[in-house]
Amino acid sequence: MADSQQHIAQPNHKPLIKKLLVITLAMFGFGYALVPLYDVFCDLTGINGKTSSMAATADKAVVDLKREITVEFLARPNADMPWLFKPQTQKIKVHPGEIKLVYYEAENITAATMTGQAVPSVAPGQAALYLNKMECFCFNQQVLTAGQKLLMPLQFYVDPALPEQFSTITLSYTLYDMTKHSQPETVAALIPTGGNHE
Amino acid sequence: MAKTSRYRCTLLSLLFVETAAAAELPLNMTKGVTDISHQVYDLHMTILYVCCAIGLVVFGAMFWAILHHRKAKGVQPAQFHESTKVEILWTAIPVVILVVMAIPATKTLIAMEDTSDAEVTILVTGSQWKWHYKYLDYPVEYYSLLATPQKQIQNKIAKGENYLLEVDRPLVIPTGKKVRFLMTSDDVIHSWWVPAFAVKKDANPGYINESWAKVNVPGIYRGQCAELCGKDHGFMPVVVIAKEPAEFESWIQQQAETQAKAKAAEQELLSMNMTMAEAMALGEKTYLGYCAACHQPGGQGLPGAFPALKGSKMATTATELAAHIDIVLNGKSGTAMQAFGKQLTLQEIAAVITYERNAWDNNTGDLVQAAAIHAAKTGNKE
Amino acid sequence: MSTITTDPHAHGDHHEEHHHSPPAGLKRWLYTTNHKDIGTLYLLFALTMFFIGGAMAMVIRAELFQPGLQLVQADFFNQMTTVHGLIMVFGAVMPAFTGLANWLIPMMVGAPDMALPRMNNWSFWILPFAFSILLASLFMEGGGPGFGWTFYAPLSTKYSGDSTALFVFSVHIMGISSIMGAINVIVTIFNLRAPGMTWMKMPLFVWTWLITAFLLIAVMPVLAGTVTMVLTDKYFGTSFFDAAGGGDPVLFQHIFWFFGHPEVYIMILPAFGIVSSIVPTFARKPLFGYASMVYATSSIALLSFLVWAHHMFTTGMPVFAELFFMYCTMLIAVPTGVKVFNWVATMWRGAMTFEVPMMFALAFIVLFTIGGLSGLMLAITPADFQYHDTYFVVAHFHYVLVTGAIFSIIAAAYYWLPKWTGHMYDESLGQWHFWCSLISVNMLFFPMHFVGLAGMPRRIPDYALQFADFNAFISIGGFAFGLSQLIFVWVLVKCIRGGEKATNQVWEGAEGLEWELSSPPPYHSFTTPPHVK
Repeated sequence: MADSQQHIAQPNHKPLIKKLLVITLAMFGFGYALVPLYDVFCDLTGINGKTSSMAATADKAVVDLKREITVEFLARPNADMPWLFKPQTQKIKVHPGEIKLVYYEAENITAATMTGQAVPSVAPGQAALYLNKMECFCFNQQVLTAGQKLLMPLQFYVDPALPEQFSTITLSYTLYDMTKHSQPETVAALIPTGGNHE
Repeated sequence: MAKTSRYRCTLLSLLFVETAAAAELPLNMTKGVTDISHQVYDLHMTILYVCCAIGLVVFGAMFWAILHHRKAKGVQPAQFHESTKVEILWTAIPVVILVVMAIPATKTLIAMEDTSDAEVTILVTGSQWKWHYKYLDYPVEYYSLLATPQKQIQNKIAKGENYLLEVDRPLVIPTGKKVRFLMTSDDVIHSWWVPAFAVKKDANPGYINESWAKVNVPGIYRGQCAELCGKDHGFMPVVVIAKEPAEFESWIQQQAETQAKAKAAEQELLSMNMTMAEAMALGEKTYLGYCAACHQPGGQGLPGAFPALKGSKMATTATELAAHIDIVLNGKSGTAMQAFGKQLTLQEIAAVITYERNAWDNNTGDLVQAAAIHAAKTGNKE
Repeated sequence: MSTITTDPHAHGDHHEEHHHSPPAGLKRWLYTTNHKDIGTLYLLFALTMFFIGGAMAMVIRAELFQPGLQLVQADFFNQMTTVHGLIMVFGAVMPAFTGLANWLIPMMVGAPDMALPRMNNWSFWILPFAFSILLASLFMEGGGPGFGWTFYAPLSTKYSGDSTALFVFSVHIMGISSIMGAINVIVTIFNLRAPGMTWMKMPLFVWTWLITAFLLIAVMPVLAGTVTMVLTDKYFGTSFFDAAGGGDPVLFQHIFWFFGHPEVYIMILPAFGIVSSIVPTFARKPLFGYASMVYATSSIALLSFLVWAHHMFTTGMPVFAELFFMYCTMLIAVPTGVKVFNWVATMWRGAMTFEVPMMFALAFIVLFTIGGLSGLMLAITPADFQYHDTYFVVAHFHYVLVTGAIFSIIAAAYYWLPKWTGHMYDESLGQWHFWCSLISVNMLFFPMHFVGLAGMPRRIPDYALQFADFNAFISIGGFAFGLSQLIFVWVLVKCIRGGEKATNQVWEGAEGLEWELSSPPPYHSFTTPPHVK
């Protein structure tokens, strides 16, 4: 009797097991889906302070002369990035909607051709949604030969819809060494980059 | 009472340095020295009292039952096991308590996150295992490293009063002004924490965070890195000195001058050659401050994590000298090896390379001068 | 309910290799598909891991006994905190609960065995391999994982040693094991309940485990995804968490805690079930508010998916997000409170006796509530900025995990041990175990609240001098708690080897199907399904 019960019960498990396995696989996929979902969520809410990686258009640029916003510019080469990298302008005051052009300076002080990538971040994070960049060096990687200096433009405006509580926006760029990740053939070096260290 | 015990403490510490260990032990969160930190403290105490009250009521009822409703007393168990009324009641009451607690919490939080209209802005950058401070409104920036000697940590000598909470160059801020801290990191996630300001904010690599403090009382305030950041996470303290605005102003002007002078002097130093003894002395000091955390004071590294310098090909063969200079100057991408070209002076780099090539039986006899570093940094692009 | 007499030799084979009585020796344990054998294996494995993880805690406490670095160096200290956490979470608490589920669920729902016995064998036997890999990594060059059990990127990606690959592999195996266990529990509860065992008649231990099992299959795959991302970021050039390549290190924490917070409830919901079984027995009074217990458990499980970012208040979220997660977290106090109130109401006007399982259950209620209240304090975002990553947090989660989860497991062991072995345990030794544990565990964890508030960060191998006295005291408490658990082993060994014969019901007030079986129960629990009235 117990036998028959087991033998009847056993095949009945399959539909349920299948459903549970589907849930398991779906949740594994969901873990990965969190990556693009997070990006979408950040684009909507600005929770991580990242500005859009796409060029903005100037259609929202109606100048609001009544308000003045301080925009601060920061630039930092990451610790393992030997380039010099700094903004030409420390900070400017802008009216929302006013299109401004500022420059950043980068210099490859090493003896090798290197590739850099600037990654933007804005504080306060939510203000990132209202900082519209029409042209930015951060949209692309920069390749500098040994000793080369480059003036890099940033054209932007602050969206007039910026909420009242924000009076200062800090735009920070961190410059990363992407030489290894981009074109390895251009890493022609007079001095080896320390590859044989370990 | 407190005065006498402190007096006794100082007296004793003159006799036995160890008694510094008998530092006063605080048992509660600090009230701090900013309006915000006071609010946070009040909030903390309020919730603590609410929790204690809830605990008293619940545990009181429970212990009453334990004492009185026990079989040993010959009681007959009741059989009730449901009451919708009671269930609704003890769902509703906690909700009310929570709402009451949420109101002040929300107010304080909104005040804490309002970083607008700051008068001084400082960029705080964490890296394994030190802090870097850069004043955005003044040409002043510097690294701040743990100042406690290794010998104290290894229990070779008695520990000082501010053991593990002391740095070589503290951050200096003005009192009475809103100071904004921008946090970021060069490598892993760190967290900049000064309990007296109720400021704890993660420094995330590639991103900036912000926080602020308006300090009411001049003084020295100590904190630590709060986010596990690798081997020496416990050894990267934060020390902040709050000075009166006038004092701060003169301090920062002086710093700006000194830093400008040091830059100018660096050019002059290029023509000056260090002797081997000078280079080794400066090199050892620099090595212990910047390199020994990973490569170890004995140069043996940590196998599997940080490469050894003692007896390594790079530090012992003449053909590798250029590579050695390059890795110290420019770092090694994708590893914990930073580019020290921007952190150390030319002379320090020259000295530390000399040290690494001659200490721990590496005896190459190489003496590297600042001019060579300068050349590597700028000149040898031909 | 009918009384069932079962003879293990009365019927034929279910499966080709499924014998009615256990074959002898090692093979019995290697090939077993029997829920009781596998339950025993899980419990013994968890006990072993509890002592290995505990030994690491002893290393941590010994190093922290005094300021300065005495016994170990900083990197090894980090490996100890990391592996201690991983072993205790994935090796001790979770397998212990799975072991209890294996032993008890078939007996409680009136089934002969678990629904998927061969998968059950697999889900246990891959565990020793997972933990051997993890433990072996401690001996490789550069040591084991040292980035904390939370393995935040980029510390675990760009800045970690090669033991990371082994860590990822072992977490994958643990995850597969947990998922298989969870599927087995769900299928058993859905398909093998005895006639008349309706949903709202199921014992609370079965209910809480059913909800736990759903949490497991919902979040363990997310953990698997997280570790896989860490692996590909470290070795295969992806940049999920690297800002340079367009990723975000904070994203790691979102994904991890999306797993991590439900994981916390995975480790406490079965404990609620255990305590809800023990308290009515020794109060000789039915559980108060059975239905509200079920609803409270379900709402805790659902809310657990909405609160993950309260672990990340200092990462720099905007105010609206901080407020959302603060409110949701505070809300969890409501259903949790309902549970505690229900337990107290169950005791109210009962006729209580205080055998060891009841003592541990009572300690659970008080100490878990203390952990819950400190959790409520941690939910208050502005205050959390001060508490975060200090010993206050360490105190909080050890109150809910040691005096919560582990006390409930010990209570369960004492409660069902006579049923499992057929012998009563030694009551006075058990009381010794309880009182030693209770006093030492509070010496160990209660002062941590104070050092945390005073400003001592967690995960540091060395500390400032003002924390010295308290840390010495805490360490003594730690050693005492470690030693107290040896009494437990003594009780277990004594009970397994013999002792006073246990009756079928064992405890005067015990109710439920498992108490209608003989003590020890037959090899196949209910070969004829009982009828539940």
